[in-house]
Amino acid sequence: MPVLACLRAFALSIVLIVFAGPCFAGPFEDAVAKFANDDFSDTEDAIGVVAASGNPLAYPIISALQDERLMVDAETKKVYIKQLDGKAIDAATGAAVDSIPDSASTVSLNNRLRRTVDAALGGLTLLSPDLATRLAAAQSVFKSHEEAVLPTVESALAKETNRSAKTALGEARAAILLFKSDASEVDRLEAVATIKARGDQEAMGMLSDVGSDQPPAVAKAAASAVASIQSTLAIWSTVQNAWYGLSLGSVLLLAAIGLAITFGVMGVINMAHGEMVMLGAYTTFAVQEVIRTRYGGLFDYSLLIAVPLAFLVSGAVGVLIERSIIRFLYGRPLETLLATWGLSLVLQQAVRTMFGPTNREVGNPSWMSGAFELGHMTITYNRLWILCFTLAVFVLLLAMLRFTALGLEMRAVTQNRRMAASMGIATSRVDALTFGLGSGIAGIAGVALSQIDNVSPNLGQSYIIDSFMVVVFGGVGNLWGTLVGAFTLGIANKFLEPVAGAVLGKIAILVLIILFIQKRPRGLFALKGRAVEA
Amino acid sequence: MLTINHDIATSFSRRRWLAAAAGLVLGLTGFTNAKAADDTIKVGVLHSLSGTMAISETTLKDTILFLIDEQNKKGGVLGKKLEAVVVDPASNWPLFAEKARELITKDKVAVVFGCWTSVSRKSVLPVFKELNSILFYPVQYEGEESERNVFYTGAAPNQQAIPAVDYLMKQEKVKRWVLAGTDYVYPRTTNKILEAYLKSKGVAQDDIMINYTPFGHSDWQTIVADIKKFGSAGKKTAVVSTINGDANVPFYKELGNQGIKATDIPVVAFSVGEEELAGIDTKPLVGHLAAWNYFESIKTPANEKFIKEWQAYTKNPKRTTNDPMEAHVIGFNMWIKAVEKVKSTDADKVIDALPGTEAPNLTGGVSKMLPNHHITKPVFIGEIKGDGQFNVVYKTKDLVPGDAWSKELEGSKDLIGDWVGKKCGNYNVKTDKCLGSGS
Repeated sequence: MPVLACLRAFALSIVLIVFAGPCFAGPFEDAVAKFANDDFSDTEDAIGVVAASGNPLAYPIISALQDERLMVDAETKKVYIKQLDGKAIDAATGAAVDSIPDSASTVSLNNRLRRTVDAALGGLTLLSPDLATRLAAAQSVFKSHEEAVLPTVESALAKETNRSAKTALGEARAAILLFKSDASEVDRLEAVATIKARGDQEAMGMLSDVGSDQPPAVAKAAASAVASIQSTLAIWSTVQNAWYGLSLGSVLLLAAIGLAITFGVMGVINMAHGEMVMLGAYTTFAVQEVIRTRYGGLFDYSLLIAVPLAFLVSGAVGVLIERSIIRFLYGRPLETLLATWGLSLVLQQAVRTMFGPTNREVGNPSWMSGAFELGHMTITYNRLWILCFTLAVFVLLLAMLRFTALGLEMRAVTQNRRMAASMGIATSRVDALTFGLGSGIAGIAGVALSQIDNVSPNLGQSYIIDSFMVVVFGGVGNLWGTLVGAFTLGIANKFLEPVAGAVLGKIAILVLIILFIQKRPRGLFALKGRAVEA
Repeated sequence: MLTINHDIATSFSRRRWLAAAAGLVLGLTGFTNAKAADDTIKVGVLHSLSGTMAISETTLKDTILFLIDEQNKKGGVLGKKLEAVVVDPASNWPLFAEKARELITKDKVAVVFGCWTSVSRKSVLPVFKELNSILFYPVQYEGEESERNVFYTGAAPNQQAIPAVDYLMKQEKVKRWVLAGTDYVYPRTTNKILEAYLKSKGVAQDDIMINYTPFGHSDWQTIVADIKKFGSAGKKTAVVSTINGDANVPFYKELGNQGIKATDIPVVAFSVGEEELAGIDTKPLVGHLAAWNYFESIKTPANEKFIKEWQAYTKNPKRTTNDPMEAHVIGFNMWIKAVEKVKSTDADKVIDALPGTEAPNLTGGVSKMLPNHHITKPVFIGEIKGDGQFNVVYKTKDLVPGDAWSKELEGSKDLIGDWVGKKCGNYNVKTDKCLGSGS
């Protein structure tokens, strides 16, 4: 009977393979040897065979490949793994090796190979004891949706206890089923529903990929899922733009608040204000240099150390400027403008001579790098910290103005200088301290800005115009006006940018401010009172 | 009354004093100039040493100083030593033209090596044409130009932009394109060429997103989020970046912060090399690409010798090398050869002698100066590694000759530059007419 003959032949061939296996070098060793060619297509083949082999060395080899720790010697064709503890092992056998020869080089990858490696690692680490590894594996399986990994996914799903890992594994399974050649229509529709529930941009991308080769019911379900995800994402994108506007507004506020104080109290147009910001940024650089060379462990606190130092440096320079130049130019706005403009050039050149004309690297501490997901929007840590920092500075400044003696004197001099003088307030001392305070806050702004912008002698130039825009728009001398003005301008800019582009967006904002000033020359929150000069 | 008399009295003696001082200064400079002109051949260096482009251009100034030093050790040229005249146009485009004029008329340089941005080159072109001097321009640019007084040792679009797009289309199977650039002539023209090329390959208008930002732009949040959104429509997306200067630093940082990995949306940059990456942490950028005609990581004897001598000269064992530096090496050697051939530094003689000159490049080939004043260059595509170097993932077999006029654009596909035969930079081969400077 033909069926019986077939079965017998099949059984015989299995027996032959099982017994003949150890006689020649298996496919695993051949695949590992392929790495030694350091050729992109050979490496791709090798990854596929090694990952599917089930050999316990598969995971160490592929993770070493990802970390640039898989070394090959072109002459002896031997492949080594450099382990994390510094020791080396032979990749084909796992035996320890004394040292890797100097002529060995790393197996190179390109982007396509990196995707293959990610997918392979995803399949290999689905059952890892570490939760974070399992989640990452589930995500990479979701992206690569390789059919061969389905059994591993299902067994991982059965064993999984953690809720977020279970959801991730469920989505990975759905992704595989949606594109599997022999999945049933019911399975596919269920998969579409699971992916739709995930609802983010990757899900939308995957559902848009559902082609005409799928049954029409599935294609229709995918299309409607895409439409619903799109409308949810559109709402989130508006919220995201508002967040970007807030973060831009916080940067504008930090830069402008010192100017609002000096402009408000003294009526002095300080064109060197941007350079105070720049000095604060360079102070941060200097602090980080000292920490880098002597106290390596303190790097994460470098910003905390830099803030008071920047305040003192910029504040001292501010007081110096006021006592030496501004004091003689009161009541002469044009001369003040020219003198402070010249001063800004002098400060820029001084910094250029001291530190060099090229940009300086200011590092981000570890707690300021990266981002997290809130719903469907990404919030980067550096911007979040800058927003919190700005609001803290603002509150401190308000408190200082409201509750301290100097604050009281500053407010009095702003409202009516002559009356304040008659009341016994030493107005010239208040002026010097106000200028120092405004410059000091600009210095603090420089610390924050060094995290998101290049630190160069021209740093101040990029912020001086924006600072004046905010102060003029918000109303001179009023802190709340500066706050509202800064955030309004930030949000307006960020909503215009996707529509008009960065360049036109900025132009549009300037035009809007000019038109606004025509209607309200004093700005949003103008100071009222008989003695306020026009 | 008293005041007026006083003013006249002081201004008279003040005027006399000023005149005497001016005369003395002029006399001294005239004297020193006359003396110096006999002894050395002056080479002008016109690169920004401050401002937004300093990050890229400062190392080119050091390269010319290094090359002059090496040449002087060999005895200089025509029996005279070379002397560098360095000026700083400070990333200020009109200042480039002023400084170029100063170099040619006051310092009497025989040749100028300089410029990076196309806007700086366009600013100095009228000066070089009027005063008939020579400019060696080492940077990749947008083409659409072939001037008699300029020698383009950097890549034309067919030696950088087009091969990069081909690589992404064929190897990475990219279907959607983001063309992001700084807002000036080079990115605008290059994107025009690339848009025409992509459409000729069947890419739909909806699959192309074009975006421009000002120099020094630092707030990339919205644009990077838009790229992420554009890239999640289900088709493989890539970014072709013509962003120039230090705006690249916050751009790459934002890409890293928002988690855009090269395996998802690769970014290929034309103006980011080893020098621009020297100041940032490149671990989040691993896999992003750059297209150049040279990489420091290419292992040839010529390149290893150059890197060793360069690091010894700058006394910095970590100092990087990059493509525009190699372009200056090739241009400088070609200029020396041409001067020695015609035994003179006269601009007209050297300009006529340069086409046909050959000089070795640092990647094992020999570059030749073509009649359109461009050179032949190999094309390499490299991926960023964790240490700031590049890993070459693709290279052309042979050297590609530079096309001054792009074949993709209507207004330029019939034009060629030919300063040997037709003595014209924009000769129309269909109508057999030289468009001249009227175009």
